[in-house]
Amino acid sequence: MTKDQALLAYTLRLGDNALVLGQRLTELVTAGPELEEELANANFALDYIGQARMFYSYAGELEGKGRGEDDIAFLRDGHEFGNFLLVEQANGHFGDTIVRQVLFDLFYGLQLEALTKCKDKRLAEIAVRAGKEIRYHLRHASQWLVRLGDGTADSHARVAESLGRLWRYAGEMFAGDEVDKILQSEFDGPDLDAIEAHWSVKVAAILDDATLAAADDKWIIGGGRQGRHSENLGFLIAEMQFLQRAYPGATW
Amino acid sequence: MVVVDINREQVFEWLHEVPDPEIPVLSITDLGIVRDVTIGSEVVVALAPTYSGCPATEVIEQSVIDKLHECGIDDVSVRRVLSPPWTTDWITAAGRKKLHDYGIAPPEHGASKRELLHEKRTVACPRCESLQTTVVSEFGSTPCKASYRCNDCLEPFEYFKCI
Repeated sequence: MTKDQALLAYTLRLGDNALVLGQRLTELVTAGPELEEELANANFALDYIGQARMFYSYAGELEGKGRGEDDIAFLRDGHEFGNFLLVEQANGHFGDTIVRQVLFDLFYGLQLEALTKCKDKRLAEIAVRAGKEIRYHLRHASQWLVRLGDGTADSHARVAESLGRLWRYAGEMFAGDEVDKILQSEFDGPDLDAIEAHWSVKVAAILDDATLAAADDKWIIGGGRQGRHSENLGFLIAEMQFLQRAYPGATW
Repeated sequence: MVVVDINREQVFEWLHEVPDPEIPVLSITDLGIVRDVTIGSEVVVALAPTYSGCPATEVIEQSVIDKLHECGIDDVSVRRVLSPPWTTDWITAAGRKKLHDYGIAPPEHGASKRELLHEKRTVACPRCESLQTTVVSEFGSTPCKASYRCNDCLEPFEYFKCI
């Protein structure tokens, strides 16, 4: 794999994580548990989708085949998406959504922070912009995790169960492949081992506040980077791409 | 249409009349998103996007093109500039005043740095200037605003949040 191919694949994956999670949160629009959460969710979704657009536009330019952000978002099939399995998992109940949010945003925030120092100027610029937004998301989600974990017996039990189920998807984020290696060696990209160490400390602190314990589950499910997804992604994409599939080239 | 002698200052003045679609009392120059204007074979306006997902971005770009067409400039394009990133510190003093008078508490200057350091912010009510205010929701009707309530005059208001 060449440097250029790795940069393109990496940029697409960044976009895929942001788009898939943005689309998931969009499903909650008009279905939030209360008005403030409704607004927060919609804002998060909008941020991720905006970030996906920046990554996809750049990926389109890197690829040089004339594909734009819409072509990349709406005209690829599931196996071409390189997002983590974690972000495609169903919203479930509010506790599930919040746990998914904390586990991912904590990683994503550290990834973006590392990318602000990478040698690829455009990625670094997008990372500065996006990182500011993720700090807001993380603060919000981690406050909720503490409230749920350290809340009632019921909220504690339910969010502990969410954590147990979603934990097995967290390890994938640190299991880099050739693309991550090239990004690190050739572009001074993120060091996944360092991020994992940092992430583990931060997540332990939040869980401690939330009176929750990290699952003792070393089983890692992966494959998202390479396009091997859980069944969840197919349904998400089918809904997201419906219009462009049913009416190719439709504009308004 | 024939255009003679356009200069940067003139273009900036025209752009000063382009409103932000979400907060129309603010112009895009008040908001601090017009980074540069270059005049060559065409007029290129460099704009900095505010929030990644802000739906106003495209509307603003189109308004800039429409405005300059109205002013007789046929060849206009818009370039997006990501660096240095826009923060609320780019909002001009005049812009802050307009926000306040419109009933939206403006971000204080230097607030984006303090936000980074997680310092607690004090937001003054734009109606009665009381500092006794409570955050109702960190998120509001647009990505850039949070919802507050004044504990003295009891009125709800919006705060232009800092990034």
